[in-house]
Amino acid sequence: MVLIQVFLVFTIVAAVIAVEAPSALSSVISLGAVGFGLSIAFLWLAAPDIAITQVVVEIVTLVILIRATIGKGVTEIQGNESKPMLIGSLILFGLGAAFFANYLSVFPDFGKSAMDIFSNAPSEAYLQFGLEKSGGTNIVNDILLDFRAYDTLGEASVLFAAILGAITLLQKRVFYEEHKEGVE
Amino acid sequence: MLTYLLAFILFAVGLYSVINKRNIIKIIMGIIIMEHAVNAFFILVGYRAAGKAPIMIQNTSVKEFVGFSVDPLPQALVITSIVISLGVVALMVTLAVRIYQHYGTFDITEIRNLRG
Amino acid sequence: MKGMSNIVKTVTRWVAPFIVAFGIYIALTGHLTPGGGFPGGVIIAGCFVLITLAYGKDKVEQVLGLKTAAITDSLAALSFLGMGLLGCVLGKAFLGNFIQSGFPGEAFELLSGGNMPILNLAISFKVGGSLFVVFAFLALFRVIEED
Repeated sequence: MVLIQVFLVFTIVAAVIAVEAPSALSSVISLGAVGFGLSIAFLWLAAPDIAITQVVVEIVTLVILIRATIGKGVTEIQGNESKPMLIGSLILFGLGAAFFANYLSVFPDFGKSAMDIFSNAPSEAYLQFGLEKSGGTNIVNDILLDFRAYDTLGEASVLFAAILGAITLLQKRVFYEEHKEGVE
Repeated sequence: MLTYLLAFILFAVGLYSVINKRNIIKIIMGIIIMEHAVNAFFILVGYRAAGKAPIMIQNTSVKEFVGFSVDPLPQALVITSIVISLGVVALMVTLAVRIYQHYGTFDITEIRNLRG
Repeated sequence: MKGMSNIVKTVTRWVAPFIVAFGIYIALTGHLTPGGGFPGGVIIAGCFVLITLAYGKDKVEQVLGLKTAAITDSLAALSFLGMGLLGCVLGKAFLGNFIQSGFPGEAFELLSGGNMPILNLAISFKVGGSLFVVFAFLALFRVIEED
């Protein structure tokens, strides 16, 4: 079980490199390392569905980021916003960590899931009746498409709305009165 | 307990990047890292020690399957969250590209003329 | 938007059908093995993103036009809704599994699970179409000059 912690530490190191690297291309590549390290951690946490989804989504995110923003004309902007904000945010993170540790003291240990503590957890009913009520052996897919299919409908509509917004912003005719140089 | 704090540290790295950086691309990367941290925290909550994936195999009775499988409910929520974050990233990158076309830079201290 | 070198073009031409077949396999057997509709759709979108990057945007219009992708995406979302209303009409709840309770299939086979393979395919076409359309628009709208 120590492998989970090792991969999470690798993810944190890659995230720090992604945030602090001066060159834009190396920080985007480090962001890819964040996603892949997290995907291996998901494999050790017995979630193969999530690992497949995370790898593929990370690849498409990387391609979108690189394709739209990296090029010859992008100048590299160094430096942070301002000094007092840096110190203030560090103090706030210390406070946040203290509150989080206090909250964790009433949280169950890592390794005990809700099914061990509560007697009528819904996950136990899903695991027990998943096969005979839905007929599928992948319980996660059962939950997504049979027991909680309404959430999948909501997710499809959220994706639709986001893509619709992105496509509308990229039309050339809408912003015709802007200056046209720089647009292919 | 330490494992949950690791997920919080990842969230804090992302939040630091959103608050303190001047480049819009670094702000977008901070939001992506925060989403990854929240998904990881969900899966960490649903883990059971020495548990197996929630997929039934043949010749196993249902009672022992309930005994050694991990929690399937957080995994269903996280799949939805990962795909939604992809749509949000596409929208944010579209906004960044439009800002670059209008102002000529990615620096947020120079695009603050929202008056007039 | 121009494409890449000849090596990339040849490898893409050989590998692209396998990627689409793999994506459809993961989407279709989602109720038996890990995967499901969402990773399958993103893999299918990834294949068309690969073709766009390797050959340039003019060639990919012959393989899958933007209008076709947008229509597929909308039709898949509407068919998801249609399956839900069909469940409402045939007696069970909205989005209820009416095939599995009417004609139950054997466990561990491809045609078990009732509604679920159909919904998996609908979700995969929706996600794949959406992501391909947004990537094609972003790649066309290139404000930063290339090398």
